[in-house]
Amino acid sequence: MGNIIMLDISDIRRLKFDVLVIGAGGAGLSAAIAASQEKGIKVGLVCKSLLGKAHTVMAEGGMAAALGNVDDRDDWKIHFRDTMRGGKMLNNWKMAEIHAKDAPARVRELEHWGAVFDRTKNGLINQRNFGGHRYPRLAHVGDRTGLEMIRTLQDHGIHQGIDIHMECTALDITKDKSDRVSGIVCMYRETGEFIIFETKSLIFATGGAGKSWEVTSNSWEYTGDGYGMAYEAGAELIDMEFNQFHPTGMVWPPSVKGILVTEGVRGEGGIMKNSEGKRFMFDYIPEKFANETADTEEEAARWLKGDKDARRPPELLTRDVVARAINTEVKAGRGSEHGGAYLDIATQRNSEDIKKKLPSMYHQFKVLAELDITKQAMEVGPTCHYFMGGIKVDAETSMTTVEGLFACGEAAGGMHGANRLGGNSLSDLLVFGNLSGKKAVEYSKGLKSYPKINDEDIKHIIKKATSILNREKGNNPYIIHEDLQKNMQYNVGIIRTKKEITDGINTIDDLKSQFENVKAPGSSQFNPGWHEALALRNLLISSEAVSKSALLREESRGAHTREDFPDERKEWLKYNIINKKGKNGKMETIKQNRNEPDPELKRIANSAIEELDNEVKKDHNKLTSEV
Amino acid sequence: MKERDFKIYRGDNERGELVNYKCKVTEGMVVLDVIHRIQADKANDLACRWNCKAGKCGSCSIEINGKPRLACMTRMNEFNEEEKIVITPLKSFPVLKDIVSDVSWNYEQNKKIIPFSPSKKDKEKDFVMMQKDVDRVQHFRKCIECYLCQNMCHVLRDNEGKEKFSGPRYMTRLASLEMHPMDKADRIADIKDVHGSGMCNITRCCTEVCPEEIQITDDAIIPLKERVIDRFYDPIMIFFRKIFGKN
Repeated sequence: MGNIIMLDISDIRRLKFDVLVIGAGGAGLSAAIAASQEKGIKVGLVCKSLLGKAHTVMAEGGMAAALGNVDDRDDWKIHFRDTMRGGKMLNNWKMAEIHAKDAPARVRELEHWGAVFDRTKNGLINQRNFGGHRYPRLAHVGDRTGLEMIRTLQDHGIHQGIDIHMECTALDITKDKSDRVSGIVCMYRETGEFIIFETKSLIFATGGAGKSWEVTSNSWEYTGDGYGMAYEAGAELIDMEFNQFHPTGMVWPPSVKGILVTEGVRGEGGIMKNSEGKRFMFDYIPEKFANETADTEEEAARWLKGDKDARRPPELLTRDVVARAINTEVKAGRGSEHGGAYLDIATQRNSEDIKKKLPSMYHQFKVLAELDITKQAMEVGPTCHYFMGGIKVDAETSMTTVEGLFACGEAAGGMHGANRLGGNSLSDLLVFGNLSGKKAVEYSKGLKSYPKINDEDIKHIIKKATSILNREKGNNPYIIHEDLQKNMQYNVGIIRTKKEITDGINTIDDLKSQFENVKAPGSSQFNPGWHEALALRNLLISSEAVSKSALLREESRGAHTREDFPDERKEWLKYNIINKKGKNGKMETIKQNRNEPDPELKRIANSAIEELDNEVKKDHNKLTSEV
Repeated sequence: MKERDFKIYRGDNERGELVNYKCKVTEGMVVLDVIHRIQADKANDLACRWNCKAGKCGSCSIEINGKPRLACMTRMNEFNEEEKIVITPLKSFPVLKDIVSDVSWNYEQNKKIIPFSPSKKDKEKDFVMMQKDVDRVQHFRKCIECYLCQNMCHVLRDNEGKEKFSGPRYMTRLASLEMHPMDKADRIADIKDVHGSGMCNITRCCTEVCPEEIQITDDAIIPLKERVIDRFYDPIMIFFRKIFGKN
């Protein structure tokens, strides 16, 4: 790492762990809980905010799991097929299989830890409809499922002997001579003090980088810290061109633009209309989904009443399809007053149902937009929501391409392919949080001693962080961030072209050089300007990876739409795009061949739905007769 | 676009002052937007906590003109055009910096609560619970842990009170566990001795400031007080327990 730095680090506190988790949302808490179940294993948990405030708390709609409580025709096979089709077959097959199989057990476990889900008439966990899911599958609590999940994990987790460090920002990973993870340097936001965590294994549950865009449902925390740190440590990032724009974010007033409006509104029967009052989603049904989607308002209405023979309304098509449809309507001059589309639940359900099923939406619109959703239509438009891509992991162990570094949740890539289904995120957090926790324990137990940390690496990390404060003058981090957001919004947004992406990459290069000279005024104590500057490096790495991957993938698939290559191209199904730090220190963006899937999984994903329904029926009958 | 006057507390627990800022206010802005604008343009190091910006995470709790509020859910058009807006940290907890308070005491209280404890037998199968039997519990579980109720509770205003009472937030959590149909733990003695249910004298200040409109006093604290009274102060119940055992 270059020259020897004169810096005394002997006073800096050091702590040792067998497993250290960075991030305390659904994935991080699940991972820490899973790891702590092993006797004699010392587990640490580091989070940027206070415990219980991570992004999971904002999740609304629910968690997808084929429990079959509402419709017993559901099964892991159907969930798996839905997930693969939603992801346009680019998903990591094995991860999608593990997810669909394990989700029901994880949801039950959450209930046993104290989560109180809405109930069916028989007193079981209730499940609601959601986009892309064939059967009602989302276990939920009104429209505050994320809060229920994080609070349950938090209240369970604090009794598992986990050492929790709140409001602590991770800066960079250290590795030993044989390139294994040896620790991580962090900083307490409150005091600005540094701390060195020595650890045998490290789990990144650091979420995505949605703060790269201007219109986003993500909070300040979503700055791609995991992507940036993993990249710097030599890990591969995968599928970074797939950024989900959730179709329904608030569009008015300006200060709330981007705040999420749950897909649950459509799941509960909400319909989309343009300025002419037309229910436009009927015009945007993709051929592949035509067989499974209602083509008249009459059929959609029957479905809402519970007619099992009726097909699903087109408002419940996958998020990529709905987001693009709104975009097209607005561009054609049929947008709502403030440039979105109308989302109407008021004419579909009575006021009491709406308040019971969507209480936080009711409250959110009432306070922030002065609008009563039981009487008026909402105005909504696409908002950056989720990274399908992320740190590349092994499906069965969650280990990244760096030895000892694991990743789970939104920080990891692969599970969701080109587009994530709503509700598959919360279940992903539980399934792969749990898996990575267990696998990290196995790995750590296999190490006889702690991998060594080189003091020069620590000094280098600290020097880089403090130079932002110590510089005489320099660029305002808030302005660089705003410029980056505008750039990504305009050049690498929902609809992309070669020209715009190239402009976007050039602007990122320029912002990177501005970042070299970033300055945060004030002291190291709870200094948001400094925190913003530290996050910028990771935002820039994430944005560069997104843009370069988006440029390379010359097709439109799922959430990645290229105006100059408007169709899915079969050839591109063979590859994932990988970003990695090259030997010259610059980002390399390459095509990587995907593995051939297990033939059985391939068969299930490509089955006609009637065939698979019949197969599942036989499976279930067989199970019942065996019992 | 109108420029308006703000006073924001800058400093720490020992010393600080109200500093004047001006900020342009546009349609739909909330107080948190104002803080962010000032932070980006004029005071990069102004400390403030926030996350979701939609009233779901409970991070941005502050006092606005002396009232405990969520900054993200307080619309600027609530205030008169000429009214000066004063933004200060929560009163009941130590100030870390500017408008950020040290709320770690609350996390310590949570750890003292006996966690959810279903029986082994019940855990072997799916829970069967009717919606009407969990409505009340779900009502409590809406809590976003913003600690506005803790801040407002006059018992918790001084350190002496904090030693005796866990506060309304944790009375609500205790109630959610006590009323959970599958929970088997006995927390009644703890509610009295560890969590100090007797300290609350039902002024309902906590309920008034709850952004989730949880009926903290009537639905959580009073029923818990009643359970404590039944157990420890009702002579007939004590007599019955002596004869028939604890349950």
